[in-house]
Amino acid sequence: MRKFVTEKGLVLPLDRANVDTDYIIPKQFLKSIKRTGFGKNLFDEARYLDKGLPDQECTGRPLNPDFIANQLRYQGASILLARENFGCGSSREHAPWALDDYGIRCIIAPSYADIFFNNCVKNGILLIVLDEKIVDQFFKETEATPGYTLEVDLAAQTLTKSDGSVVRFEVETSRKHILLNGLDDIGLTMQHADAIKAFEQQHQIKAPWLFG
Amino acid sequence: MASMTLYDKLWNSHLVKEFDNGTSLIYIDLHFLHEVTSPQAFEGLRLAGRKPWRAKANMATPDHNVPTTTSERSRGVEGIVDPVSKIQVKFLDDNCKEFGIEEFAIDDHRHGIVHVIGPEQGRTLPGMTIVCGDSHTSTHGALGSLAHGIGTSEVEHVLATQCLVQKKAKNMLVKVNGSLKPGVTAKDVILAIIGKIGTAGGTGFTIEFGGEVIKSLSVEGRMTVCNMAIEAGARAGLVAVDEKTISYLQGRPFAPKGAQWEQAAAHWRTLVSDVEARFDAVVELEGEDIVPQVSWGTSPEMVAPVTGLVPDPALVSSEARKGNYQQALKYMGLSAGMPIQQIKLDRVFIGSCTNSRIEDLRAAAAVVKGRTVAANIKEALVVPGSGLVKAQAEKEGLDQVFKAAGLQWREPGCSMCLAMNADQLEPGEHCASTSNRNFEGRQGFGGRTHLVSPAMAAAAAVFGHFVDIRDVQLL
Repeated sequence: MRKFVTEKGLVLPLDRANVDTDYIIPKQFLKSIKRTGFGKNLFDEARYLDKGLPDQECTGRPLNPDFIANQLRYQGASILLARENFGCGSSREHAPWALDDYGIRCIIAPSYADIFFNNCVKNGILLIVLDEKIVDQFFKETEATPGYTLEVDLAAQTLTKSDGSVVRFEVETSRKHILLNGLDDIGLTMQHADAIKAFEQQHQIKAPWLFG
Repeated sequence: MASMTLYDKLWNSHLVKEFDNGTSLIYIDLHFLHEVTSPQAFEGLRLAGRKPWRAKANMATPDHNVPTTTSERSRGVEGIVDPVSKIQVKFLDDNCKEFGIEEFAIDDHRHGIVHVIGPEQGRTLPGMTIVCGDSHTSTHGALGSLAHGIGTSEVEHVLATQCLVQKKAKNMLVKVNGSLKPGVTAKDVILAIIGKIGTAGGTGFTIEFGGEVIKSLSVEGRMTVCNMAIEAGARAGLVAVDEKTISYLQGRPFAPKGAQWEQAAAHWRTLVSDVEARFDAVVELEGEDIVPQVSWGTSPEMVAPVTGLVPDPALVSSEARKGNYQQALKYMGLSAGMPIQQIKLDRVFIGSCTNSRIEDLRAAAAVVKGRTVAANIKEALVVPGSGLVKAQAEKEGLDQVFKAAGLQWREPGCSMCLAMNADQLEPGEHCASTSNRNFEGRQGFGGRTHLVSPAMAAAAAVFGHFVDIRDVQLL
């Protein structure tokens, strides 16, 4: 898994609460058996005016001029600014894959859905939780300032604005460690294979019907 | 010994290791797979040269992509017209063969929606930890198991290690007291709960559903409730084990038999929260106050009683919520303050892991019997949840009742719940649906979903608009 250490990038403000994973990546694209290639269909139904199909060339498709990510000033954004309960709904990991493939490395929001949060950690995307008032302030600053960028430093747990002012964020130790080091979760768990086997043996004695 | 909730008991009995950073390694008893969230996981296993830790702890079925027309299904995988869907379903078949995983393939008579076949087969058992790459895995909690959705990377992790690294959630009790009025169902209960606590009300919690109303529900009704726990933000929903749970499981194909049955049942009876157990949050509802629900907006929390009105954003105090409501009304093409019963409907869908079991089909059939689909309804689909549900329904003549009324009787699959197959809404169409999500585009690009119970969907089909099911006379 790719590490997350620092990211300095353009901020894309998605001013919409309860963005669900159907909105992030609609169902037809889940037919893919690959982990990559979803970036062109990120926010597909809002981003384009026509209906998107899997395995389709997207460069010629009509763009929705009212969709924020289509504005020239936000091209190349790597930090997504969002509202509460981002990533709710379906557990599809295709949602972080689409965000990642599009170029988003970090998301800032007041809250996220649980399954989506876990899926992002698995893909090296840093999710920052900040108080609603602070997020609101970021929205105002981003919208008022073309080319608004932030620098994220995971080790220091800081967001630095271009004027040098700093906002601190909290992050769970386990997630921080995984992201900073790009750790392979299966490899880590297999270090405890003996403990798993020992548990399994005891479990089978207590509940033999589970091992039929 | 401190008092424990059911969630505490299920968590503790599967704890392999606790780490210093606040996460734990949890053993997974049963892993369900389907064709959409497993391909990349199997590919990952292959690339790393790994095999499943315990192949027998897995069970697969293709359900999201499969066509539901009899003509397409009569030729099994080869009959799938959509080439991309066919590849994905075949990939699951091939992966299961390669890794020795049991699959109820598309042409198996027991095949169906993964969260329907698990309990039906007695594969889902109380006291288990159960996961699947699908958020409606919460359904299985109705049988007193700890069940939740996972992403594809976690699917790969479970296949390889039989475990998950998890942080323990908090305990929430949602207690529904009293009793339900006639015509009010499990679906209305869970919609009312989500309407009350919101789509993030349960985030960070495992919800135990309790109270007399929940106890009064059948196991299938409890599955409907637990199915939508995730729509309130809770990954897992639970109902304590009682004699209904045990009777439901007795004799099912994968349920324990003989001496093991007695041993298992004795253990299962302990799967209740201790009387003195403390919950981090408690929410209460009164059964008598619950009215048949209809979702009007683009989130499961946007519900109203069928006797009510589409809300007026101007009357909403919170600015954020006002904005959400305005956006939803615009997408749904509805006017503020209009009566729910005046919404023009185009299609009806009776199916999904929420409501496609035999009791759901009986309830719907009873309403359409002796009536016909209204002229403004272009299509009304009934999609049974599994081959066994379909066979049972046909034995009871329900298929004939549906067909006589002008509804279509289909083969099992997820179908129009998420419209990955050809069962989709056209842009702008309104659908009365027994599924679980009404997000923008969920049932088709530009499609407009209204979540209701099976009887309410059936009534919508024959009356052409939403009606209060409590006033409908069965013929």
